[in-house]
Amino acid sequence: MNTATTEWTPVCALEDIPRLGARVVSAASGDIAIFRTGDDRIFAVHDKCPHKGGPLSQGIVAGNTVTCPLHNWKIQLDSGEAVAPDVGCARSFEVKVDNGQVLLRT
Amino acid sequence: MQKKRLVMIGNGMAGCRTLEELLKIAPGMYDITVFGAEPHPNYNRILLSPVLAGEMTVQDIILNDWDWYRDNDITLHAGKKVVKIDRTARRVIAEDGTAAEYDRLLLATGSNPFILPVSGKDLPGVIAYRDIADTDAMIEAAATHRHAVVIGAGLLGLEAANGLALRGMQVTVVHLAAWIMERQLDRPSADMLQASLEKKGLAFLLEKQTESLIAGADGRVAAVRFKSGETLPADLVVMAAGIRPNTTLAESAGLYCNRGLVVNDTMQTYDPKIYAVGECVSHRGIAYGLVAPLFEQAKVCANHLAHYGIGTYKGSVTSTKLKVTGIDVFSAGNFTGGPGCDDIVLHDPSGGVYKRLVIEGERLVGACLYGDTADGAWYFQLIKDGQNIHAVRDHLMFGQNHLGDVGHKGQTQAAAMPDSAEVCGCNGVCKGTIVKAIKEKGLFSLDDVRKHTKASSSCGSCTGLVEQILASCIGGAYTPASSTSKPMCGCTDMNHGDVRTAIRERHYIDIPTVMRELQWKTPNGCASCRPALNYYLISTWPHEAKDDAQSRYINERAHANIQKDGTYSVVPRMWGGLTTPGELRAIADAAEKYQVPTVKVTGGQRIDLLGVKKDDLPAMWADLSKAGMVSGHAYGKSLRTVKTCVGAEHCRFGTQLSMGLGVKLEKMLFGMYSPHKVKLAVSGCPRNCAEAGIKDVGVIGVESGYEIYVAGNGGIKTEVAQFFCKVASDEEVMEFSGAFIQLYREEGWYLERTVHYIDRVGLDYVKGKVVEDAENRRALFERLLFALQDYRDPWLERAEADAKSELGREFRTLAVREAMKA
Repeated sequence: MNTATTEWTPVCALEDIPRLGARVVSAASGDIAIFRTGDDRIFAVHDKCPHKGGPLSQGIVAGNTVTCPLHNWKIQLDSGEAVAPDVGCARSFEVKVDNGQVLLRT
Repeated sequence: MQKKRLVMIGNGMAGCRTLEELLKIAPGMYDITVFGAEPHPNYNRILLSPVLAGEMTVQDIILNDWDWYRDNDITLHAGKKVVKIDRTARRVIAEDGTAAEYDRLLLATGSNPFILPVSGKDLPGVIAYRDIADTDAMIEAAATHRHAVVIGAGLLGLEAANGLALRGMQVTVVHLAAWIMERQLDRPSADMLQASLEKKGLAFLLEKQTESLIAGADGRVAAVRFKSGETLPADLVVMAAGIRPNTTLAESAGLYCNRGLVVNDTMQTYDPKIYAVGECVSHRGIAYGLVAPLFEQAKVCANHLAHYGIGTYKGSVTSTKLKVTGIDVFSAGNFTGGPGCDDIVLHDPSGGVYKRLVIEGERLVGACLYGDTADGAWYFQLIKDGQNIHAVRDHLMFGQNHLGDVGHKGQTQAAAMPDSAEVCGCNGVCKGTIVKAIKEKGLFSLDDVRKHTKASSSCGSCTGLVEQILASCIGGAYTPASSTSKPMCGCTDMNHGDVRTAIRERHYIDIPTVMRELQWKTPNGCASCRPALNYYLISTWPHEAKDDAQSRYINERAHANIQKDGTYSVVPRMWGGLTTPGELRAIADAAEKYQVPTVKVTGGQRIDLLGVKKDDLPAMWADLSKAGMVSGHAYGKSLRTVKTCVGAEHCRFGTQLSMGLGVKLEKMLFGMYSPHKVKLAVSGCPRNCAEAGIKDVGVIGVESGYEIYVAGNGGIKTEVAQFFCKVASDEEVMEFSGAFIQLYREEGWYLERTVHYIDRVGLDYVKGKVVEDAENRRALFERLLFALQDYRDPWLERAEADAKSELGREFRTLAVREAMKA
């Protein structure tokens, strides 16, 4: 299987993601959550909390973290790392906004 | 712009805590330089005694390791003692010539041990007990010498004596006063403590004044001579006769000192560029030598260094706990009593238990405990809060366990629990895990323990137990948070009540304004304050404040209940627990069509469809809507169900039409959001088949009308609802219970159930507002009806919404693109 493509794939418009919210992209390797922060930065993280697999896309976004809806682990959106003292990491993906379009590289 | 420079002198607990607080609220604001006289990073000085006793190592008690300074870009000069402050040039200079300039200077120079001014005080073998070097010296002496004399039987002296005895020395404690620890204990408890320390091998000489220390042939100390003429052999003399604020440096810089470096309530010295915290400080005439007050000072000081300009330090009530393994002593407040005070005393000399509680008026003002200190934290809380104890006075002495039914809060006494005992049933955390985290990670507060172990972070019913464990591990360093003024969360210093008041009085209608005006410390709040703020806004300003979907917990945003595998559950409303063949058929069809794996009857008299994929929700709701069904709000902090019995409609015992009234109540309250979930029940007769006694509002029909009960709860801790009032008609039930619920909606704190709301404000208060004041009741009821008018079924709204619209897109997974598979 190809581990990384060099291609950027358009997934949606920036406006399709609510501010302080997320959308889910269903990818071959599993769901990916695309987050939009309060200041319009975009992050992409595997939609599975490193704790018990909760869907991070359903959590509350604040600053550059999301709180998992199942047991309140806080995950940093840029790295996918859990906020200390919890330890764990969700895979993060490259994502960018170009001309209002959100582009993802898996 | 160049960053401001902050220089801190003194690398101890108070100073470093101030830096930690500062970095939390204003990271990157200052270039920070720290000078510490000791060649160590910041360590937990209170745990030197366990190190001396051989129960811990120096490594165990490090609080901030070298990495911490590096990670936070702090320049640390460890082992460099500052000898001069040049206030004109704003420069500090260390012994070796190292200098640093400052915009703000923080003095945290701590204290010095008081050395008796007797001849021989400088002999080899005479030491104080203050830092790691002293501890090392004692450990070394214990290995090579035999006789130790500890001068001073205060907290520190006794801990030193105990440690030395454990290391094999013959230890005599010499004390000037008539009983030991006279500043912390009264005579009976001190006598009991002395007896048990004697059993551990310590000897005591009381009311002895040291005259001189005598050298031996090798030049090392060999004996102590007393004023009474006796002498005592001693190869090691430990001076533990108290501490004095270390103000030498401050005084040499011309800062005003009076038994400590004098600061105001913002921890500022007489030089506005210089702040001070810790044992070197004199605040309102008091220099504190315990760690808890220092942490409070640190918080205030950091707040002002960060230019927040709020928060003042107003002094502390302190408590003391002796860290000698196997001996429990606790004291707090004014434990000696005096005119106008009552003492409650329990004294069991052979059982080894002594408790003295000092009460002034209706308040607990002091406590002194020996042998059984499990309730120390609770007494301390009562003293700090100044809570009226009239109602519990009879039981006060017997501890929190004896205050009636307290659930599993106080079932076991923390200290006596084995390490394997489970403390937090929600997260499966046992006592050993909590104790280990407290010791290894250096935790001081309930919040820290929650973050690190998850104990007490879910339902909270074990909070009391966790607090007890914390208190038994760290003793005097534990400060229970005042329960009435606890901030909402780490994003603000304001409590729920203050925030609610501000929203109402200043007419805020959106979250960004609240956060800006009330100076939130984080840009978007957090997962705990945002849902609370959203509720406060929409409940205070209905139809005006905008409901912010992104500040709703997922269940309320998706209008379904998230399950452990990320699927959702769907519970259609069955008004009053009634349904029809048509509804059941539609539910059965939906369950088959969307391949629902589990169909379950709930406790609220309706049907739960579990395991539905989020993308299927709108279509399923559309199908259910066609059969006339709406959301059951089984997922919300909102009206859940109105449970009913069959009632006079069919039942041969029924006195009232309970089903009919239940349906009316449920329709009236449909779509009502509240601080927490709200459940009602209506029974048609006192046999109470609808279980109205454990509901937020329970209605019981009797021949002459209805009895209304409030604030019951069948959850974590079963609470029987309390009698509220009796009314004659259905209309009155609706008005009285509606008004009660509206009062709770307006005044309850987010996630506070009705039972906890009533615990906080009192049933009499609520009756006064609802039962006794007809005008106010009608006004409350009208506000409730106004808030609920025009409410639309959220399921239908979303079933009808366009997939691209704000409501619709929540449920749409973005499509897989072919390109992604390449």
